[in-house]
Amino acid sequence: MSASPAIRSQFEGRSPADVKAPVRIAVKDLNFYYGSFHGLKDINLDFRDRQVTALIGPSGCGKSTLLRTFNRIYSLYPEQRAEGEILLDGQNVLDSKVDLNELRSRVGMVFQKPTPFPMSIYDNVAFGLRLYEKLPKSELDGRVEESLRKAALWDEVKDKMKQPGTGLSGGQQQRLCIARTVAQRPEVILFDEPTSALDPISTGRIEELIEQLRADFTIVIVTHNMQQAARISQFTAFMYLGELIEFDATTKIFMNPAKRQTQDYITGRFG
Amino acid sequence: MDASNPIATAGRAPTVSRVRPGRRVADRVLILASTIATLLGIVVLGSILLMLIVEGVKGFSPSLFTAPTPGPGSEGGGIANAILGSLVMTFLGILIATPIGLMAGTFLAEYGRTSKLADIIRFLNDVLLSAPSILIGLFVYTLMVRPMGTYSGWAGAVALAIIATPVIVRTTEDMLRLVPGPMREAGAALGAPRSLVIRAVTWRAASAGIVTGIILALARIAGETAPLLFTALNNNSWFNANLLGGVPNLPVMIYQFALSPYPNWQSLAWSGALLITVTILALSVVARFVIKDQRPR
Amino acid sequence: MTALTQTLAVDRQTAVARIAPSKGADRLFQGAAYASALLVLFVLAGILGSIIYGAWPAFSEFGFGFLTSSAWNIGTEQFGALPAVIGTVAAAMLALIIGVPISLGIAVYLTQLCPGWARKPVAMTIELLASVPSIIYGMWGLFVFAPLFARFVQVPVSNLVEGMPILGTILYARIPSGVGVLTAGIILAIMIVPFVASITRDMLDQIPTVLRESAYGIGCTTWEVVRHVLVPQASVSIIGAIMLGLGRALGETMAVTFVIGNANRLSASIFDPGSTIASRIANEFNEADGLQLSSLMALGCLLFIITFFVLIIARLLVRRAKVA
Repeated sequence: MSASPAIRSQFEGRSPADVKAPVRIAVKDLNFYYGSFHGLKDINLDFRDRQVTALIGPSGCGKSTLLRTFNRIYSLYPEQRAEGEILLDGQNVLDSKVDLNELRSRVGMVFQKPTPFPMSIYDNVAFGLRLYEKLPKSELDGRVEESLRKAALWDEVKDKMKQPGTGLSGGQQQRLCIARTVAQRPEVILFDEPTSALDPISTGRIEELIEQLRADFTIVIVTHNMQQAARISQFTAFMYLGELIEFDATTKIFMNPAKRQTQDYITGRFG
Repeated sequence: MDASNPIATAGRAPTVSRVRPGRRVADRVLILASTIATLLGIVVLGSILLMLIVEGVKGFSPSLFTAPTPGPGSEGGGIANAILGSLVMTFLGILIATPIGLMAGTFLAEYGRTSKLADIIRFLNDVLLSAPSILIGLFVYTLMVRPMGTYSGWAGAVALAIIATPVIVRTTEDMLRLVPGPMREAGAALGAPRSLVIRAVTWRAASAGIVTGIILALARIAGETAPLLFTALNNNSWFNANLLGGVPNLPVMIYQFALSPYPNWQSLAWSGALLITVTILALSVVARFVIKDQRPR
Repeated sequence: MTALTQTLAVDRQTAVARIAPSKGADRLFQGAAYASALLVLFVLAGILGSIIYGAWPAFSEFGFGFLTSSAWNIGTEQFGALPAVIGTVAAAMLALIIGVPISLGIAVYLTQLCPGWARKPVAMTIELLASVPSIIYGMWGLFVFAPLFARFVQVPVSNLVEGMPILGTILYARIPSGVGVLTAGIILAIMIVPFVASITRDMLDQIPTVLRESAYGIGCTTWEVVRHVLVPQASVSIIGAIMLGLGRALGETMAVTFVIGNANRLSASIFDPGSTIASRIANEFNEADGLQLSSLMALGCLLFIITFFVLIIARLLVRRAKVA
């Protein structure tokens, strides 16, 4: 047994990994470059439907890089490029003919630092909605409420929908960003260290939220907090220096990892 | 080193000053010189304002704002036509400069971060910012006044626009660059096309700063004389609605009347000078200190 | 794809009817931004082009002699640039000699000596000085400063140096009217001070506090900190700021026109009236025609070359300097 009791105790109350769930994202022979720097090396990995998969590893291991390939947000920067295949429901996301904007409405992303737009709470949530659907006002209101409920924020903001999003607390802002993403009804939601800028109480609420969201969405989360990965994910991928070292059900990774490096990381020998 | 306190100095070696007198003197001289320099600046500003208020208020009356400028040697009159002409041309100038400046600044901040061409444009824009305004007047003269065969308010407005645009380009670019990258990424991550992210998110986030830039540009062109000398010139009566022919304006009027031998013309010049200075200073104060934002450097 | 993923894929297509935002509008916006930026280039080229075009007759008529001739005779159509060029450079140089020390003094005061409560008001005062239109400076110079200057400086100094070998020529005023090259230099100095002072102040502020504190910490006086630590650190930018001030002073029109006296000939004394390129153009352009007009344009061309040369060097030294 290599996991500490602290980590093992996180497993209680968490749903087990469903290895039979269909594959939503299949990564095949993925290589990523920042200019001439080889950031990701020959990654092969599957993400299953309605499961939470955590990407863990020390700083610089490439976990955020990998996350950012799924919605091709890296395409904003000309010197970054990816080679290989990322199949979202069988369609290769890296293909040059893919409509990036449409892709991003299907693969949502929540960033590390909460970034509410400089507009009202209502407009923040409606922003993504208005992009791709032409809805009458009443339906729009309903969708906004639905999204805020899904993000566990509705009760706190229902009386101040017209106020600016920037006026909320840090944890509330992050839930607003989640509501904004969820409003578009994406298929996959990517979380890039969503709680590292938040206090422990907000962190706990967001983790509960992610577990609830799992019912409707496939979730990939990058975290540098191992306990968090143990708490909320069904599958975990351990990465190091741009390579995928080990990928398996979370319980296996933390209780009985196959690779030495994984064990060293879990027990805190490095990173 | 308190020599008068026996407890503090008991047991210590006698203190020797470590500071050579020369250093002290140099230091004192510097402090004195710097303070005098600063006081000089304050005194000059005070003198200018005092001069304007004392001389300018003398000519203040309702007719100042309602009557046009009188002919040479005539009595009475006001500067209403010059005020109106200035308002019209300044407003037109800003109207032309703002969209161009906004879009050019957006290009430099959003689309041109890595391009060589953008670097060159940015550099030349900064140079244009400090260029002598009289050369811009000559340019617009050749471009518009000569071919059109007449002075016009349009030429005046264009000359002012050319002066205002680099200011707006600079401040827009600087303000847009301050918007954090993650906010843009968040917009893109929702599938919004680039222009929409810019319009709905980035512009909005930088709006206070961009407006400040426009007000600064306004303050700058409101007082410009040289570019209007050869483009709109001046006019001693009301001007045409189509803005062709000389269009009266405060700066050129002040220039002509202040150097003239007629006392009532001189008085009108002072009143106009007071008016223009107060307006520009008010705009500057609003822009720089009321809108609390990061200022461009 | 397995049957299950196929079902999911079909679900996806029917779940949300997505209408993508227009690609055309996106391209149009980008194009408009690009075009606006290019306009800046075109304006600059246009300025240069139009002035050369207008100056061509004068250049082809006088050739290089234009630069060395002191003539300016409308009747005989003989025009030369020398007095105007020398006046421009002289006034600007005087402005720097007088203005730079004052600017540095103010910058040092604001960053090292000013008590905290006074910092904002004092800084604001200096900024307001920068906002005052140049024509107002001209009026102040002519109606307030010049009479005082004539009475308290020109007359006493002239009396003092009368007959002396060198000073007797440079500092002698035949007609102490208060206007002249030196007066113009002083007014220009006052105009560029707020500008150079605030850039210098920004540069000094940007120096990491640790450097400053460690210097004070080992017992340096204010003067020593400024001289040996702060100024060397910011020296490149300070030189750039000074050159920006020079560029401003070279091109300034209205303030100079009021106080320089507008004489078309060269004089050795800085108390005597003179003219600068800008003041010459401002005075004569509207009445000018033919070769005179072209000669004025040629003067403008020279001003363009001189100022842009200075400004380009300045901007290379101070990359991101103040806007106004």
